[in-house]
Amino acid sequence: MSRLTLTTKDQAQETIEVLYKDLERRIEASQPGLCPVDLAEAFVHMCHSQSCGKCTPCRVGLGQLESLINDVLDGKASMNTLDTIEHTAESIFYTADCAIGSEAARMVLKGIKGFRDEYESHVNEGRCGGSHHRAIPCISMCPAHVDVPGYISLIHEGRYEDAVNLIRKDNPFPAACGLICEHPCESDCRRTMVDDPINIRGLKRYAVEHEGDIKTPAIMDSTGKKVAIVGGGPGGLSAAYYLAIMGHDVTVYEQRKQLGGMLRYGIPTYRLPSEVLDKEINGILSTGIKTKMNVSIGNDISLADLLSENDAVFVSIGAHTDKKIGIDGEDADGVTSAVEMLRAIGDKEKVDYTGQDVVVVGGGNVSMDVARSAVRLGAKSVKVVYRRRISDMTALEEEIYGAIADGCEIIELNAPVRIEKDADGKVSSLVVQPQIIGAIKNGRASVKAADTPEVEIKCDKVIVAIGQGIDSSKLEESGVHITRGHIDALDTSGVEGVDGLFAGGDCVTGPATVIKAIAAGKVAAANIDEYLGYNHIIDAGIELPRIRFSDHEPCARVNMREISPSERVKSFELMEIGMTDEEACQESARCLHCDHFGYGSFRGGRREKW
Amino acid sequence: MVNITINGKAVQVPEKTTILKAAQSAGINLPTLCHWEGINEIGACRVCVVEVEGYDKLFTACNNTVDEGMVIYTNSKKARIARRNNVELILSQHNTDCPTCVRSGNCSLQKVSNELNIREISFEKDVPIAKLDKTFPFTRDDSKCIKCMRCVQVCDNMQNTHVWDVINTGSRTTVGFSSGDCLDHTDCAICGQCVKHCPVGALRERDDTDRLFECIEDPEKIVVMQIAPSIRTAWGEPFGLDDETASMKRLCAAFKEMGVDYVFDTDFAADLTIMEEANEFVHKLTHPEEAAKFPMFTSCCPAWIRHCKAFHPDFVDQLSTSKSPQQMFGPIAKTYYANILGVDPKNIVCVSVMPCIAKKKEAEIPVLNDACGEPDVDFSITTREVSRMIKAANINPAGLEEIELDMPLGIATGAGHIFGATGGVMEAALRTAYNVVTGENADPDAFKEVRGQEEWRELSLDINGTTLKIAVAHTLGAADRLLDALRKGEADYHFVEVMACPGGCVNGGGQPIVNGYSKQKERADILYKIDRNDKLRFSHENPSIIAVYRDFLGEPLSELAEKLLHTDHHAWKMYNEK
Repeated sequence: MSRLTLTTKDQAQETIEVLYKDLERRIEASQPGLCPVDLAEAFVHMCHSQSCGKCTPCRVGLGQLESLINDVLDGKASMNTLDTIEHTAESIFYTADCAIGSEAARMVLKGIKGFRDEYESHVNEGRCGGSHHRAIPCISMCPAHVDVPGYISLIHEGRYEDAVNLIRKDNPFPAACGLICEHPCESDCRRTMVDDPINIRGLKRYAVEHEGDIKTPAIMDSTGKKVAIVGGGPGGLSAAYYLAIMGHDVTVYEQRKQLGGMLRYGIPTYRLPSEVLDKEINGILSTGIKTKMNVSIGNDISLADLLSENDAVFVSIGAHTDKKIGIDGEDADGVTSAVEMLRAIGDKEKVDYTGQDVVVVGGGNVSMDVARSAVRLGAKSVKVVYRRRISDMTALEEEIYGAIADGCEIIELNAPVRIEKDADGKVSSLVVQPQIIGAIKNGRASVKAADTPEVEIKCDKVIVAIGQGIDSSKLEESGVHITRGHIDALDTSGVEGVDGLFAGGDCVTGPATVIKAIAAGKVAAANIDEYLGYNHIIDAGIELPRIRFSDHEPCARVNMREISPSERVKSFELMEIGMTDEEACQESARCLHCDHFGYGSFRGGRREKW
Repeated sequence: MVNITINGKAVQVPEKTTILKAAQSAGINLPTLCHWEGINEIGACRVCVVEVEGYDKLFTACNNTVDEGMVIYTNSKKARIARRNNVELILSQHNTDCPTCVRSGNCSLQKVSNELNIREISFEKDVPIAKLDKTFPFTRDDSKCIKCMRCVQVCDNMQNTHVWDVINTGSRTTVGFSSGDCLDHTDCAICGQCVKHCPVGALRERDDTDRLFECIEDPEKIVVMQIAPSIRTAWGEPFGLDDETASMKRLCAAFKEMGVDYVFDTDFAADLTIMEEANEFVHKLTHPEEAAKFPMFTSCCPAWIRHCKAFHPDFVDQLSTSKSPQQMFGPIAKTYYANILGVDPKNIVCVSVMPCIAKKKEAEIPVLNDACGEPDVDFSITTREVSRMIKAANINPAGLEEIELDMPLGIATGAGHIFGATGGVMEAALRTAYNVVTGENADPDAFKEVRGQEEWRELSLDINGTTLKIAVAHTLGAADRLLDALRKGEADYHFVEVMACPGGCVNGGGQPIVNGYSKQKERADILYKIDRNDKLRFSHENPSIIAVYRDFLGEPLSELAEKLLHTDHHAWKMYNEK
C-alpha cells in the first residue's frame, strides 16, 4: 500500500485548461456594443458550472439568478424582477460559503448597478438599449478609423505604396504611427480568439519602409479660404494636411523651432528617429501648407487677430507644461521635468549625463522614455521611483521591461518625500517613504506609508515625469472656455461661443495618444471644410484585392525584435528592428478580414471616403 | 478571365465573379436564401456554402469570388450535410404552419427545404412568439423571420428610411424598429419594399380580401372597383399568364365573376390627375406674382408624401396639391358617378386595386372624405390580394371571356397608363402641359427621354421659348439625394416626379413577389406597349375626361375641382411630425 500519491492531470483536465485559455483570449477580444444583460446571464451560467454544489445559495441561487435574468431578456420580467435579482444576489453574496458563489453574486450586483438602464430597457422596451454597429474591431477601435484590413491585404499583395496611401486617407502619419502608435487597433483584434492579435503596427511600419518616395497627393481646386492652425503637432498637421488637400490656404503657427509637437519633443529618437519624422512632415508640407515658426499665440499674435485674418482657426497646442510633485526641495538645481529634458533632446541641444546618478519619478510611458534616454546620455545609474507596484504602472509592459533591460532600476512601492540639496543648492538625494500596497479603490490598488523608515536615494539629477498640463491662460483671456485646464471643445471639434474656432488633441482631452490627436485633426478638417461651406471628399481611390481564403489554423504572431540592450544604449539610434519580407508576408496572412467575414459584410464600418 | 473547375467542369469567368455566378454560368444550381444580388450579399444563412479544394472550411458562394485555378465542389458530402444542417437550424426557429401562410408556394425557405428533401428536423423547435399588428397596412411576424436582413438593407440602403434595425445580440438577435414601439409610430413610408424583399412570410400586407367579399355579398352595397395602371402588368404572373392574356378586360371578367358591380380604370383618374396637376404647374409658371416655389413635386405616390412629411418638412409646401389618381377616383365615383347611377353615395363602396401597400393607409387619411363625409375610397387591396381572391373564388382566369370595363370611368389614355412606370407621370404631365401652353399637341413620344431606370434622371426642354428643367427620381434614397442637392443649390428644377419604389408602381410593394429579381423593366415595357398601341395618348383627349369637366367640374382648378380633387398635405400628421 502506498501512503501518498502524486496528483496528475487527466486528459479531460488538460483539455479544459486549454479551453480556459481559449476563453480568456475570447474575452480579451470582446467587442463593445454587446448586450450587457445577455453577457451577465452567460457569466452567471459559467460561474454556476464552477459551483462545487455543497452550499445552497451557490448551488440553487445562481441558477435562480440566471433564470431571472433570462426572464428579463425574454421580455417576461417586470421592475419587481429587477428587485428580486438584486436582493437574491445580495443574499447569495452574504451567505455563500466561498468565493465561487459570493463573487458570482457580486458580478451580478455590479451589473445591475452599473447597467441598470440596460436591464430596464429590456423590461420596458423588450430589447437592449444599445445598437451593435462596431463591425470591424480594428477600424472601430482606431480613433482615426484607419482601414486596417484594407491595407493589410495590400501589404500581402506587395502593394506597399497603395497600402500607405490608404492609411494616409485617414492618418497622414503612417511612418510615426508605424513606430510609436499605441495600437488600440490591436486590442480587440478578432484573431486573438484564434491565437494572438495581428501585429498591425509592425505591418504598418513594414509598408512605410517599402513605400519609396512620398508622392504629394492631388490637391483640389483652390477655395481661397484661409485657415490658421495653431500648433504644429500631429493634430495640427493632420488637420492642415487634409485642409490643404481640400484646396484651402493653410498656415501652421508653431511656437518652437521645429514642427512635430510631442512626436519631436516628447518621443525620444531611439523610438522615432528625427529623419523619419522629418521625411513624414516634409511629405505633409508638400501639400502647400505654409508655416510660421517661433510664433507663440497670445504673445506674438493674438487669437482675435488670427480669427479676423482667417476664415477658420484650429487650435491644437498640445499639453506641454509639466506638473510638479509638490515636495520640499523641488526647486533644487538638478531637478528637471521630463518635458524640459525631452524638449532639449528634440532640439538637439547638448545634454550630457555622463557619470551622473539619475532618479526618475513616475510610472508612465514618459518616465520610461526619460529613464532610457538618461541611460543613452551616459548616466552612471538610472533609478525609476514609483509609489505603487510595477504591475500598477501605466507604462506599457514592453517599455518597462525594455527600460530594465537597458539597465534602469525600478524602485517600486516608494513615494517621494523631499529632495535634499547640498550647500550649493544642488540635488544630493531623493528621500522616499516605502509604501505598502492595499485596498483596491475604483479598480486601482492604493498605497499607504509602510511602517518602515524613510530611505535616502543619493543622486545628481531628479527628473519628474508625473504628467503634463496645458498652457491655457492666453486662450482663456481670449474668451475660450476652459474646463479643468482643458479647452472646452465639442466632439465635432467646434468651440461653442467663438465662431470659426475649432480645437482638438491633447489641449482638449489632456495628455493622450498621437493617434487620438491625428483623429482630432481629421475630424476638425472635415468640420472646418463643412463650416467653410464645402463638402470636399477625401478618397484614396484604391481598389482592394480579392479577399483570400484561409482556414486560419493557429499561427503565432510575429513580434518586433529590438537591437540588443548592450548595443542600443550606446546611442539614440532606432532600437526596434522592422519585419522581414517573410515575416510581413506571414503576419499579413493572419488577418481574418472582419471587413468581409462576419458582421463586416453586413454593416461594413469601412468608409471608403469621408 | 480566370479558369476554375466546378464539380469537375472547367469554367472560364471574369475576375471577381462570385462563386454563385460562376456556378450558374456553368449551369449548376446552388440554393440560396438570404442573398439578393446588389441588395443583400452578406452570407447570413450559410445555405450556399461550397467546398473549395485546399481548405478545410466551407465558403459561401454568394459573396466570395473565384480565383485562378480554384477547384470547387458545390455538392460534396461536407457541403451537402452542412447546407442541410443550416436549413434545419433555420427551420427549428421558423413557424412552419405553411398551409396558412400567405407565402406558401412562393417561399424561399419552403423551396430550399423541399429541394434539399428535408423531411424531418433534427432539432427541437424554438419558435419566437409573434405579436401581429392587424391594423397597420403591413405587419412583421417574428415567428417566421429568418434574419436574412434584407428588410434592413432595403430600408437603409435603397430607401434611406431606417425603420428596421438589428436589435439585441447573441441568441436574441432579431429585427426590430430602430425607434418607436409599433410601425405606426415610426417614419415608415409604407413603400412595402421590405415586404417585397422578404424571402418568407415574415413581412406581409394586411389582408383586406374578406372585407371586399363581405361588401360584394351585401345587397345594399354597390361595389365600385378601380384598377391601377400597374395591375395590368403583373396580375397574371401568379397564374403564369402572359400580359396579352392577363388583360384588364379579363381581370374585369374575374371581378364580375366574383360579383363586383362596376369595374373601372384608375387610369381614367390618372388622366384627371394630369389635367389638374399640369394646369397647377402651368398656373405656377405663368403667375410669377404668386411667388410659387419651384420645383413642384408630383404627389401621386403616398409613400413619397409620407417620406417627405417625415424627413423633408421644408419641401411639403412644394408638393402638388392634386390628389393621387386613387383619391381623385373616389370622390368622382361618389359624386359624379353616384348622380349618373342615381344612388346615395353612402351606398357606394369604392375599392381600389393597387400595386402598393401605402395606398391602404392613404385611403384612411381622415381628411380624404370630400364627396360625402365618408372615406372617398373605402379601402384598397393589393395585386397580390387580387390573385388570392381569384384563387379563393375558384376562378380560372385563363378560361374567362374578356369583358369591357364599365363606362364612363373605364376609359383612359396612354398617358394615364404609363403612370405606373418611373417617369410616366412626368411624361403624361408634359404631354398635357405642352398643350395647355401652346394650344397644340406635341408628338406623344416627344418626351420619352424621361423614361429609363437610372435613379435620378433630368431633362431640359423648351416650350414656347421657356426652358423647363425637370427631373425624375425613384427610390426614396434617390429622392433624398435629389432634395439634398436642391438644398445645397447643386440642382435646380421646375418640376420633379418622385416614386418611392424602384422602377415606380410597376415594382410597387403590393405587386407579385419574384424572389431575387425586380421585374420593373419588363413590367414598364408592358405599359409603354399599351401606350404605343393606344389611339388616345393625351389625357386631355380622353372623352370621359372632357365629359366630366363639361358636365360636372367645369374646368381644371375650378372651385369644385379644388374641393374634390385637391388636398392640403398639412391637414394630417405623421406620428413624429411636428
